[in-house]
Amino acid sequence: MCLAIPGQIVDVQPGGHLATVEVSKVRRTINIDLLEDPPTAGEWVLIHVGFAMNRISAERAAEQLRLLAMLGEDAQAMAELEGYEFGPEPERGVT
Amino acid sequence: MKYVDEFRDPQLIKQAADEIRRLTDPARHYRIMEVCGGHTHAIYRFALADLLPPNIELVHGPGCPVCVLPMGRIDEALSVVERHNAILTTFGDVMRVPGRHGSPLERQARGADIRMVYSPLDALRLAREHPDRHVVFFAIGFETTAPSTALTLQRARELAVTNFTVFSNHVTIVPAIRAILDSPDMRLDAFIGPGHVSTVIGARPYAFIARDYRKPVVIAGFEPLDLLQSIAMILRQMRDGRAEVENQYSRVVPWDGNVPALRVLADVFELRPYFEWRGLGFISQSALKLRAAYSSWDAEVRFTMPSVQVTDPKAAQCGEVLKGVLKPHQCKLFGRECTPERPVGALMVSSEGACAAYFSYVHRRTAAAV
Repeated sequence: MCLAIPGQIVDVQPGGHLATVEVSKVRRTINIDLLEDPPTAGEWVLIHVGFAMNRISAERAAEQLRLLAMLGEDAQAMAELEGYEFGPEPERGVT
Repeated sequence: MKYVDEFRDPQLIKQAADEIRRLTDPARHYRIMEVCGGHTHAIYRFALADLLPPNIELVHGPGCPVCVLPMGRIDEALSVVERHNAILTTFGDVMRVPGRHGSPLERQARGADIRMVYSPLDALRLAREHPDRHVVFFAIGFETTAPSTALTLQRARELAVTNFTVFSNHVTIVPAIRAILDSPDMRLDAFIGPGHVSTVIGARPYAFIARDYRKPVVIAGFEPLDLLQSIAMILRQMRDGRAEVENQYSRVVPWDGNVPALRVLADVFELRPYFEWRGLGFISQSALKLRAAYSSWDAEVRFTMPSVQVTDPKAAQCGEVLKGVLKPHQCKLFGRECTPERPVGALMVSSEGACAAYFSYVHRRTAAAV
């Protein structure tokens, strides 16, 4: 639950509360209400339990992905991301 | 320095380790607490202690949410779901925490409707999909996850979902640090401040540690180089006789924290007068309960809780390990009755628990070498 998963914003969904993110070719819906301003496509965020907690640079996102792999937590992080079920159906699934 | 080769930039690691050696006074002993369980995991995984002079001791702190959860809270949640035929939802780490009559995972195998979720929003979704059942979300975590629970509760109120409640076990890190500082058997020189919690609360809440207790605090990232640089920053403060809050992880942690997250937390939660922490006892104002405006979604208001007080298994020495008095392998059960596959104490459950980290990276390595 304390895993921080980096994700790249694909789009902000209608209503402005949810966004589609992509991590290692997997797309999922996350909540973006805890960010000060809505993110834009291409930006990176750090995700905790389905919520974007802060914006990060692309460099920092790469660093976090590498760190997850080094800690042996990359598979767990992807399982968590794929496990988010609260998004609308069309957004689910692997691209 | 046997692990240096696998680091991303071995040269920088070596420089940081050399700098630490230069800053260390061989005549004194340093006890530095890494507060966060994620740091504990990284420290063991990268065998960072091997890069430090022997007189620098890293003490593992209370920043692992399932590790500090008193066993009675698991029993209370299980009793509610079984008495009311509810669905219990929680994160994967909690599923394996032993209760008095088994972990949630074991109770699930015996027929209880317990489901693992990855987000509190999934628990809410489940409630909306099953309007005929009650769904309890067992909420746990420090300030990193508490805003997510708070936002989920705001959403439940907006949508007027009546079959959903939260059993809050959220705790706050700063009162635990204060309790550790006030504990008579705790002799610490400095703190490595938590990374992710600080993205929410910022650096300001640690100011009292430097000001009132004269102990340096350095908020650190999770890479080996981050941790070594943070230790060097602490040693530099100590050498110069300074005690300040510094932010090594400023590329992620803003000084003022995450303002929207703090706003949501303040709307939904208030501090409990006190809360029990495994190993640390009762700490005042150290945990979050739902405000009265959210009482319809508060499992502790909606259901009668038996308020189970359960003492830890006698032989397990989780408390001593949590306070840094014992190292994980010094516990009588370590590696024998208590293993990551069959944990007796919660410190063996999460990868962020000191015992599980020690078991995975030190115990197995030593065993393989024999």
